[in-house]
Amino acid sequence: MKTSSIIILVVIAAAIGALLMYSVDFSTYDTISSAKQKQGQYVHLIARLDKSKPIQYDALKDPNYLSFYAVDSLGNTTQVIYHNTKPPELEQSDRVVLKGKMEGNVFECNDILLKCPSKYKDNKKELEKSVSQY
Amino acid sequence: MTFENEHLIPGQVGQFFIVLAFVASIISAISYFTASKIQLENEKQKWIRFARAAFFIEAFSLITVFLSIFYICSHHYFEYFYAYKHASKELEPKYLLACIWEGQEGSFLLWALWHCVLGTILIFTSKKREAPIMTIVNSAQSLLVLMILGIYFFNTRIGSSPFVLTRNELAGPIFSQPDYLSYIKDGVGLNVLLRNYWMVIHPPILFLGFASTIVPISFAYSSLSTKDWGGWVKAALPWTLFSACVLGTGIMMGGKWAYESLSFGGYWAWDPVENASLVPWLILVAGLHCMAVYNSTKNALRASYFFIILTYLFVLYSTFLTRTGILGDTSVHAFTEAGMAMNVLIGIYVIAITIPVFFMYFKNYKSIPTIQKEEDISSREFWMFIGSLILFLSAIFIISITSLPVYNKIFGTNIADPADREFAYNKVLVLVAVIIGLLTGASQFLKYRNTNKKYLLQKLAWPLGIAIAATILLVIFYPLEYTKKGPGFLIAIYLALFASVFSLIANAFYLKTVLRWNLKAGGAAISHLGFALLIGGMLISSGNKKVISDNSKTGLFIPFSKDPTGRNDENPMENLTLLKGVPTQMGQYTVTYMKDSASNEKDRTFYKLHFQKKDSTTGKVEEDFVLSPDAYRMKNNNLTSNPGTKHYLTHDIFTYISTISVPDSESDTATFRNHEMAIGDSVFYSKGYFVLNKIEKDPQNERFHFSPTDTALVADITVHANDGTQYKAYPALTIKHQQLDFINDTVVAQNLYLNFSGISDNKKFKINSKETDKLTDFITLKAYYFPYINLVWLGLVIMSCGFVISLVSRVKASKLVTYLSVGLVLAFLFYMFLLANA
Repeated sequence: MKTSSIIILVVIAAAIGALLMYSVDFSTYDTISSAKQKQGQYVHLIARLDKSKPIQYDALKDPNYLSFYAVDSLGNTTQVIYHNTKPPELEQSDRVVLKGKMEGNVFECNDILLKCPSKYKDNKKELEKSVSQY
Repeated sequence: MTFENEHLIPGQVGQFFIVLAFVASIISAISYFTASKIQLENEKQKWIRFARAAFFIEAFSLITVFLSIFYICSHHYFEYFYAYKHASKELEPKYLLACIWEGQEGSFLLWALWHCVLGTILIFTSKKREAPIMTIVNSAQSLLVLMILGIYFFNTRIGSSPFVLTRNELAGPIFSQPDYLSYIKDGVGLNVLLRNYWMVIHPPILFLGFASTIVPISFAYSSLSTKDWGGWVKAALPWTLFSACVLGTGIMMGGKWAYESLSFGGYWAWDPVENASLVPWLILVAGLHCMAVYNSTKNALRASYFFIILTYLFVLYSTFLTRTGILGDTSVHAFTEAGMAMNVLIGIYVIAITIPVFFMYFKNYKSIPTIQKEEDISSREFWMFIGSLILFLSAIFIISITSLPVYNKIFGTNIADPADREFAYNKVLVLVAVIIGLLTGASQFLKYRNTNKKYLLQKLAWPLGIAIAATILLVIFYPLEYTKKGPGFLIAIYLALFASVFSLIANAFYLKTVLRWNLKAGGAAISHLGFALLIGGMLISSGNKKVISDNSKTGLFIPFSKDPTGRNDENPMENLTLLKGVPTQMGQYTVTYMKDSASNEKDRTFYKLHFQKKDSTTGKVEEDFVLSPDAYRMKNNNLTSNPGTKHYLTHDIFTYISTISVPDSESDTATFRNHEMAIGDSVFYSKGYFVLNKIEKDPQNERFHFSPTDTALVADITVHANDGTQYKAYPALTIKHQQLDFINDTVVAQNLYLNFSGISDNKKFKINSKETDKLTDFITLKAYYFPYINLVWLGLVIMSCGFVISLVSRVKASKLVTYLSVGLVLAFLFYMFLLANA
């Protein structure tokens, strides 16, 4: 193949690549206050479960409704509604990534990613706790 | 202080051999490098002999290291941190290997062990290229062993050794006592998510795939360092085929594992960890095609080098992504933060091998021969090259999105995954599937250099016609119902489906008309046929996947608090709650949660779900089966569930448990009150009264289906609550195979349990009632219908066999070896993917 045709191919490839990247609507990581500014826009919240407020979940009545409060590192809180079952380790999680959008003062969540100390063994603090239990 | 009951010998032996392996690998690398630079044959052989000895010492050492870890974990020596973290006494012996490669150290060791196996084969087969090839293998090996070295160097620990002691790693009051070991009752054990036979088999295959990609790049290096430009391609082709086969199989094994035993609800989710292993495979396959082109036409040599070197770079980059914890916020199953020192080591590994080889490639770029004449547009090599380029571009597309966390780290940005991650990938790759399908179908009939147009049209007419007809038939009789992304995407899916069907038929035609079923020469066609089947199967199974536990249509649903977001009818509520013993309609099935049964594993429970599907008009039972999804309920009520799947040839019914009722610590104290009732009698309970209307013998209705051999009595009871509502209840007693059995009924809203226990002497009926505040047992589950999922697995099996056929015909294996190896691979993969869990 001639160099010229390779160059043409590369240019086409780059153009397609740029177009594709452009077509993907990336989301952002936000704090609760910045998410409240972006009403209705899909964001990722990095927060923690607010343990001072109640978690509402009763699978017997409605398995697809979970409500809890999340607090971020700046101390802001928001109610979170998740139309799905309660992730079993929610109470033990030390960090949650919430994907969804802010609707008014409520965060409507589509997906929850939990970071649980119990699941991962690389957390020495947790291991120290469990080794000393005995 | 001396500690009691410690077993320090195996750890010291293991640690010694880690250091020995490290030193030996460096010596072997240097000696091989020296040998590769010496022209004098005599001198060269001396160095090679020395380097080989060092390599075998290294291999022996690593095997000893592995045996030491195995010994420590199998004996539950929790004084070792690795055993404490990964082993436990209740763990079944079959998971012993799995718990070894659960950790970073164990999986690095697994990788290094495969290098030893591959290195040994290379020593005996690579002849004059041995020295440069083994230079690369040993360099990689020394870097891998460095990861588990665990030696202090200027106060920094280099690598993390699997032989460190628990008392040195953890702080705690018990460690100041000489008898601390008597306080450590058990280890943490294997993560319950990973307790599955796939965890035993998937990592070795995947790591063999990763490890084997070093062979093609070593061949490329050998040619760059000796300036023997083209000769490596032919020798490296079988290895590249091997790599592509094993890595591809390993990736899909991960998918199969996710599908059948993890509750992700599918086999592929575009998780960064999955992508990180797919990308090197795509580039490797691109490289493989360029090498095949070079082998036949002397074109595409530069591209072959480029793709093969890039493959290894991406293998290491994916190691970096999954092991440094950088994916923490985007992936559900990456390792978490490994510590700065480890990250630096992995970073060094990423660049240490590939950068020098890339440098040599660019330095010699001008000298690598090319053909000046442009390829004919009707030639096979032109379209193969285009295909490689498409694969390469899709790899770049995938890795660009997957690398978001890396950009965020470097540039301090906060870009996150798109809202619908799967769709972001699917909408692009569905187009790739169209192109690849058409290329893999048509290019079989192209000839190298140029093709007679008439011949091509003649050959393609039938496959094209059949594919069009088949697609139209599909549209009419089995339409895809994936409409939630709009008509544009649906059309794209149909196009991809057409391309896959075309590729499938064209490759089958090629095998028939051109090769006349000479399968030995048909490795490529068979691989492409399998790939087309795989993609087609994915399109159908994902396109028509259905949630059958749709709670918006059926089931229990009592809003108990105001939902501030309102309900969105577009998203089906995917979870359904089943009360124990209460039949619930789910899709076409009536599902009853019958009972729990404990397993011999700690904390693990199986939940028996009875599925029944009846013909709506005749009431005849069409399907009747029991699924047993299971869950581990850990301390603090953590739940890890494994699906229960009913496999049919054409579809799967897939269920898993998402919530279970929390057992009350106080036991249910309410007891049954016994009543003897005649027909028409009524009995009061705290919130009303109930009436026995009649007793039916062997009724056949909506609710009960007794076989002719059974005897059944069903009490027809009406419950009148104080608030005026009425409920029907049908407690029953049955005699099946001379066994008396009670089917209790529950009026959930009234917390009233009714039981029919028999007939008293004075011809009255014994009805027992119980009231309790305790909620009944329940589970919440998700259920999916996956159609034609077996096409995916069958496609993968055929594709892998195609690779093996190409491989054995490239190395000119004897007939016996050919049949044996293809047969064994076919049997193994067919069993693993299609039979093992069925």
